[in-house]
Amino acid sequence: MKQYLSPLVRSLKPSGIRKYFDLAATMEDVISLGVGEPDFATPWVMREAAIFSLEQGQTMYTSNAGLIELRRELSKYMAKHQGLTYSPDNELLITVGASEAVDLVMRALLVPGDGILIPDPSYVAYAGSATISGAEIHYVPLRAEHDFRLQVDDLKLAYTPNCKILVLSYPNNPTGAIMTKEELLPIARFASEHDLIVISDEIYSDLTYEGTHTPFATLPYMRNRTLHVSGFSKAYAMTGWRIGYVAGHRDLIQAMTRIHQYTIMCAPIMAQVAALEGLKSGESAKKEMILEYDRRRRIMVNGFREMGLTCFEPLGAFYVFPDISATGLSSDAFTEQLLKEEKLAVVPGIAFGPAGEGHIRCSYAYSTQQLLEALSRMERFVKKRL
Amino acid sequence: MLSEEDRRLLHILSQDCRFTPEELAIQTGLSPDYITKRINQWEKDKIIVKYGLLINYEKLEEDRVTALIDVKVLSQRGQGYDKIAQRFQRFSQIKSVYLMSGDYDLCLVVEGKNMHEIAQFVSDKLSPLELIDTTSTRFILRRYKQDGIEFYGEEERPKRLMITS
Repeated sequence: MKQYLSPLVRSLKPSGIRKYFDLAATMEDVISLGVGEPDFATPWVMREAAIFSLEQGQTMYTSNAGLIELRRELSKYMAKHQGLTYSPDNELLITVGASEAVDLVMRALLVPGDGILIPDPSYVAYAGSATISGAEIHYVPLRAEHDFRLQVDDLKLAYTPNCKILVLSYPNNPTGAIMTKEELLPIARFASEHDLIVISDEIYSDLTYEGTHTPFATLPYMRNRTLHVSGFSKAYAMTGWRIGYVAGHRDLIQAMTRIHQYTIMCAPIMAQVAALEGLKSGESAKKEMILEYDRRRRIMVNGFREMGLTCFEPLGAFYVFPDISATGLSSDAFTEQLLKEEKLAVVPGIAFGPAGEGHIRCSYAYSTQQLLEALSRMERFVKKRL
Repeated sequence: MLSEEDRRLLHILSQDCRFTPEELAIQTGLSPDYITKRINQWEKDKIIVKYGLLINYEKLEEDRVTALIDVKVLSQRGQGYDKIAQRFQRFSQIKSVYLMSGDYDLCLVVEGKNMHEIAQFVSDKLSPLELIDTTSTRFILRRYKQDGIEFYGEEERPKRLMITS
């Protein structure tokens, strides 16, 4: 039946992690550092708010853009904590996870043949959505020698005149890199000069462990050019609820809302209620989780360096991205052998793009005890190969 | 005022005080020397009062009963609550003494082998004290959560997917 499939869909690559997922599933006592979601359960205040709303029978559709109460609270929150000013009435759209938001932007803006600049390595969904839109993907390598910060020189090399969108994602999955305001400014200038729309996926922004996060849209002249994408999954430990959002110029938000209206209707109401409660009273639980991630982050970086691997210090998200090239193995071979020998699952850097080669992504969204056990398995494995 | 680093250090210690200064250094980014000095100073200043252990005695099936005893004190001119509170705190059976708002003045946490032992203590030692007006004793039947720790928490959470992007 494959002949019926759209050529665009046929060109979608299978996920690079599938094979390890299947392999790990057949093994017992596997410790995994391969998970891109918090180990915490959603803070109880938020779960409780959703339960109460269900008891009250709050089970209907919401407006397409999302509960107005949630948009209002979100607008206030963004203004207070991030210096972003978006009207809850027409500049904010609540989506089913940040992934839907990314997809909507691409669908609303791209036609086949348009170019899109995507950092490499990066979260796998950007290329997926771009492919479905028929866009021409131009990868911009992020380099270890620059701590995986996007460099204008690399942008210039990747750019062609058909490019319409630049994807930015800091704090970054899979590297854990962040970019400061000063480092983002040249990128902003480049976007202006080349009339690019920027999808800034800032889902990990609260998980910044040094300095303060700079939302891209707060840079000079960037507000109208930026679609600020974020969500509740990471910082509020709400992955399974699927609540994300996109903020931007009302013309663009309106167009995206139209697509969202036809395909999704609205994000689930109980999840919106929980997110609203998170904004109102989840701050202290969130801060506690962030402190805990920071502690684990340091344990991981130290652990990798102690065993003799180069590991740049990730200052955001909950991943470390150590360089495993000294073992002489490709990231794929490293991952496979590590899983078979030590029953330790990680994600090969290559799964996030060619420039991820030579690295592995390890999540530290695990208990200290699990992390220490994982590090000791990793050390045994690495020591044999150095 | 505590610095952000010190607050973090105390927070980690309050969760688990068994970490060595070297292990704490890894987790905070502070130097082991600084951490040792800081902890020594906190111990000296009685800011760190004691390194504790939280035991679920119910699981050990030990005979052990805890009571909360509310105490109303006869007020005396020129005397605050400090004097009587200090008197209470000398009894080894009394584990905690709090000055309270509300109907009663002080709240005592008393431990004993069984209810009888605590009743005996109240009638023999507490009630006869001059300055005590009335007492009200309530026994703890079960501890569900203490010091932020759930004794009978959620069953193990459902597992996350092993690998996700």
